[in-house]
Amino acid sequence: MIEIHNIHKTFNGVKVLDGIDGVFESGKMNMLLGASGTGKSVLLKCIVGLVKPDLGSITYDGRIFANNKLDIKQEIRRKIGMLFQGSALFDSMTVSENVEFPLRMLTDMSREERLARVEFCLQRVGLEKAGNKMPSELSGGMKKRVGIARAIAPHCTYLFCDEPNSGLDPLTAITIDELIKEITLEYDITTIVVTHDMNSVLEYGDNVMFLYKGKKLWEGHSSTIMDTRVKELNDFIFSNRLMRDAKKVEQIEEEERQEEENEKNNL
Amino acid sequence: MKTFGAFLLFLSNLVKRGESPRILFNRTIDEAIIIGIDSIFIVAVVSTFIGAVTCVQISYNLTNALIPRSTIGFMVREMTILELAPTITSIVLAGKVGSSIAGGLGTMRITEQVDALEVMGINSTSYLVTPKILAALLVFPMLVIVSMFLSILGGYLAGSLSGALSGQEYITGLRTDFIPYNITFALIKSVVFAFLISSISSYQGYFTQGGALEVGRASTKAVTNSVIAVLIADFLCAQILL
Repeated sequence: MIEIHNIHKTFNGVKVLDGIDGVFESGKMNMLLGASGTGKSVLLKCIVGLVKPDLGSITYDGRIFANNKLDIKQEIRRKIGMLFQGSALFDSMTVSENVEFPLRMLTDMSREERLARVEFCLQRVGLEKAGNKMPSELSGGMKKRVGIARAIAPHCTYLFCDEPNSGLDPLTAITIDELIKEITLEYDITTIVVTHDMNSVLEYGDNVMFLYKGKKLWEGHSSTIMDTRVKELNDFIFSNRLMRDAKKVEQIEEEERQEEENEKNNL
Repeated sequence: MKTFGAFLLFLSNLVKRGESPRILFNRTIDEAIIIGIDSIFIVAVVSTFIGAVTCVQISYNLTNALIPRSTIGFMVREMTILELAPTITSIVLAGKVGSSIAGGLGTMRITEQVDALEVMGINSTSYLVTPKILAALLVFPMLVIVSMFLSILGGYLAGSLSGALSGQEYITGLRTDFIPYNITFALIKSVVFAFLISSISSYQGYFTQGGALEVGRASTKAVTNSVIAVLIADFLCAQILL
C-alpha cells in the first residue's frame, strides 16, 4: 500500500501539485485520471522518486520514502517496476537482455536463474518468441508488453504505469490494460496507472483519482464516476461525442423507464 | 558560474553509489571498443595527411641553403609530438566521440531510459557516464600514439615521393635532439583532453530536455564546448608543463 499526504510541487513559480492526498491499495488498479497538464505524471514521478516534492510525505507500506536516507530509498526502489509512456526499453539491448537487465543489476541470481525468469516473464506477456529481437523491430504494443515484463521481472511489489495504452489501437490498448489488471491481481501488486483514457477507467479502475489543475477533485470507484456532480470531471468524461451520445441514450432510456412505471402506477 | 557548479555536482555524482567493479570494468571495455575501433579510421586518415602536409609545407618554406634538409624531419617530429598529434586528434575526437556521447545520452534522456535506470535504483550517472570517461582516458592516449606514428610516416612518404628530401635525410632529422619528455607531455595532454571531452559531452547529453531538436543542439554544444576547453587546456598544459 502506498500513502501520499499533502504533496506540493511547483516548477518555476507555477504550482503543479497542490496538496494531494491519497491511499493506493495493493491488488487494485489505482488510476490517476485527468486532462493533459493537470499534474498526473508529475505526481507519479514524485511517488517513484524521479521528482522531489516541495512538501508532503510518501510512504510505501508504512516506510517513509520521499525524505528518507538514500539506502532505504534504494531498497524501496528495487521493489518498484515502472512502465513508461514510450516503454523506455534500452535500444542497445535485445528484448531478453532488457528483461534480464534489472535481474543482473539488482539481484544475486545465477545466469541460469536469470534466463529462466526472463523466459517466464516473456511467456507471461505473450512474447516468448521475441527474445532475440531488438526494440526497434517491435510494434508499440509489443514494446509495452516487454516494458511490463521488465517491470515484473525482479518480483516487483509496486507497479507504476504512465499512460500504458497511449498511441495504441483500441484492441491492443485493451490487451495491455487486461495484462496489467491480471498481473496486479495475480501478484497482489500495488498498481498506479496514469491515464486519460475513459475506457480504461470504466473497465478496470478500482480506485480512480481525478486531478484538475494540480488538485484532487474526486476519488472513488469507477462504477460511481458517471454519477458525479463535479463539473470539471463531468466536462472531462463527456468531452467526446461518443460519451455524450451514450449519456443521452442513458437519459432517454431512464425517461422511458420512468414513463412506463408511471403508466403502470396509473393503471 | 551556475553551469560550472552544476558540472562539478554532475562530476561528484560519478563517484557516489558506484556500480560493482565487475560491471564498471565490463562497461568500460565496451565503451573503449566503441570509442577506439570507431575512431581509428578517421584518426589514421587525418594524422597521415597532416604529417604529409606539414612535411610539404616546411619543405616549401625552407629555402635557405645553409639549413640541412634533414631539418624538415626534425620539425615534423617536433610539431607532431608536441602539438599536432595530441591536439588535432583530440579536436577530431571531440567531433566524433563528443557528439556520439552527447547524442547517445541525450536520446536516452528524452526516451526516458535514464529515468528507467533511476527508478530501478541504479545511479544512472555512474552507470552511464563513468565508463565513458574511463574508456576515453584509456583510449585517447593510444589513439594519440597511433596518430604520432602515422603522422611521421605520412611526412616520410610525402617527403620521399615529392622529392623534397630523401628518406635517409628525413630519418636523420627524426633522430636529431630527441627529447623523451615530449612524448610524456603529449600523453599527459591527451589524458587531460580525454577527460574534458568525455565529461563535457556527457554533461551536455545527460541534461538534455525536450525532443530530437534538443538532442541535436546538445551534440553541437558538446562539440563546441569541448573544442574550446581543449584549446584552453592546451595553452595551460604548455605553460605549466614545458
